[in-house]
Amino acid sequence: MIVIDNVHKAFGPKQVLRGVSMLIPEGETTVIIGRSGTGKSVLLKLIVGLLEPDEGTITIDGRRVDLMSESERYQMRRRFGYVFQGAALFDSMTVADNLVLGLYEHGERNTEVLREEVVRNLVNVGLLPDPRTVSASVFNQAYEILANKKPAELSGGMRKRVGVARALVGSPEYIFYDEPTTGLDPITSEQIDDLVAALTHKLDVTSVVITHDIFSVYKVAHTVIMLDEGLIRFRGTPLELRSSHDPVVHEFLERYAHSHAEVP
Amino acid sequence: MIGEDRTTSSDDGEEGGLLNATFGALGRVLMGFFAEFGRIVLLLRSVIRYIPTAIRSRRLVLEQMYMIGVGSLPLVLLIGSFTGAIAALQATNLFAKFNLLALARPFVGGSIATVVFTELSPVLTALVIAGRVGGSIAAQIGTMKVSEQIDALEMMAVHPSRYLAMPRVMAALVMMPMLIVFSDLVALLGAFLLVILKFTFQPADYWDSIRRFFSVYEIVVGMLKSATFGGVTALIGCYVGFNTEGGAEGVGNSTVRSFTLSSAAILVLDALFGYVL
Repeated sequence: MIVIDNVHKAFGPKQVLRGVSMLIPEGETTVIIGRSGTGKSVLLKLIVGLLEPDEGTITIDGRRVDLMSESERYQMRRRFGYVFQGAALFDSMTVADNLVLGLYEHGERNTEVLREEVVRNLVNVGLLPDPRTVSASVFNQAYEILANKKPAELSGGMRKRVGVARALVGSPEYIFYDEPTTGLDPITSEQIDDLVAALTHKLDVTSVVITHDIFSVYKVAHTVIMLDEGLIRFRGTPLELRSSHDPVVHEFLERYAHSHAEVP
Repeated sequence: MIGEDRTTSSDDGEEGGLLNATFGALGRVLMGFFAEFGRIVLLLRSVIRYIPTAIRSRRLVLEQMYMIGVGSLPLVLLIGSFTGAIAALQATNLFAKFNLLALARPFVGGSIATVVFTELSPVLTALVIAGRVGGSIAAQIGTMKVSEQIDALEMMAVHPSRYLAMPRVMAALVMMPMLIVFSDLVALLGAFLLVILKFTFQPADYWDSIRRFFSVYEIVVGMLKSATFGGVTALIGCYVGFNTEGGAEGVGNSTVRSFTLSSAAILVLDALFGYVL
């Protein structure tokens, strides 16, 4: 379980987090919403030790992240999958290499094992058909085409899916999604939402999703947390969010609904 | 009187303020310099820590060796040949100016070789590499930084110093002395062609002179210098890349910054080598 206690973080004069405390329940999907610049991505990076808090503590299964040695921190990160906002795929590598880089660098050199991991995760995110449902030649052809592509040859939705597939490699216990639907069309966004919801259920992982997309919240969240001005403004279920009378929450939902209603 | 006192006191105050501001600014610059130097040393320590993994990561090291060595060879050959020719031109012109050319013939080849081996070839090649390779390293790693690829590596529990910095620094350390050997050879050839064609030297005079004054020590000094310059250039390129911020503009700035810092470091180190060796 991840416990965040009174975490503060500033970048120069800009105070991003001003004392955030929360629990991330296991086996559920926690969605963090809030306006841009409220510290949502910063919070995720603090949890995995990519950033250091100025004050407060973050504990993962009883162990404080700030007290971990570098090797313990790397060991801890192997329990996490992280889907970056822009997918953060390695430009110079193929899809397959992007997926198994971590395993390869940790000493796994068996090409069969690496291929199996690529196949399993590309199937999981729906980029390859289930090998049991198609002939071997059709599957191998689809695999060869996709696995050898470079990120620049993929569409935005495919890049996100490859990013999710990469996060699933090594069967992590936690998956963090940093704005997984940003920049995608509504249909692809919905597919990614379905994928996030399905993976949490199918793989029994703890997911944390950062999003601006209220539709995503209703689709995937067990718990919703709203950050505002560096503090937690709301915490509850999607149903409680919808019926909240807090003016800030209300304004956020209204603006979102309004901006989407204007779309022709 | 009171008015005069006030004026004097106000002038003193202004002077004191200016002095404080000047020392304050100087102090900040010095602090910034030492802080940056300290961070580069920390990166170097991290790179050294991962050198034992170079065999396991040989694919990465070989890729970088190809990029730094083979990729830079045409440019190094071009610069080397002109360096030799220009050194020969300046030396022979100088001797001719004082009517000493006939007397100096037995020494021209040797003196050109000494200057080329110990100074011109290592420094000029290093400056070219600082532009081509250092800039490219800073841009590559900087782009990875701003697009969160470095964070992605961290999340795979792959240390960026091991995966990105160590192979580049190792490759530069190994390939630079090799490039220098090629640079030295073409520089001697460039100088040879110039003294033969322009100053009608006999080929035997030129090569005999080199043979007589040639010393392995000079070659070793040149290679040692070039390995150091190459390693420092790659290290600075990595450091600047890892500290890139702010999108495409930041990447562009990093490329320039890497070249500027590397060039300054090369010249300072060259002066130190000149003093010590």
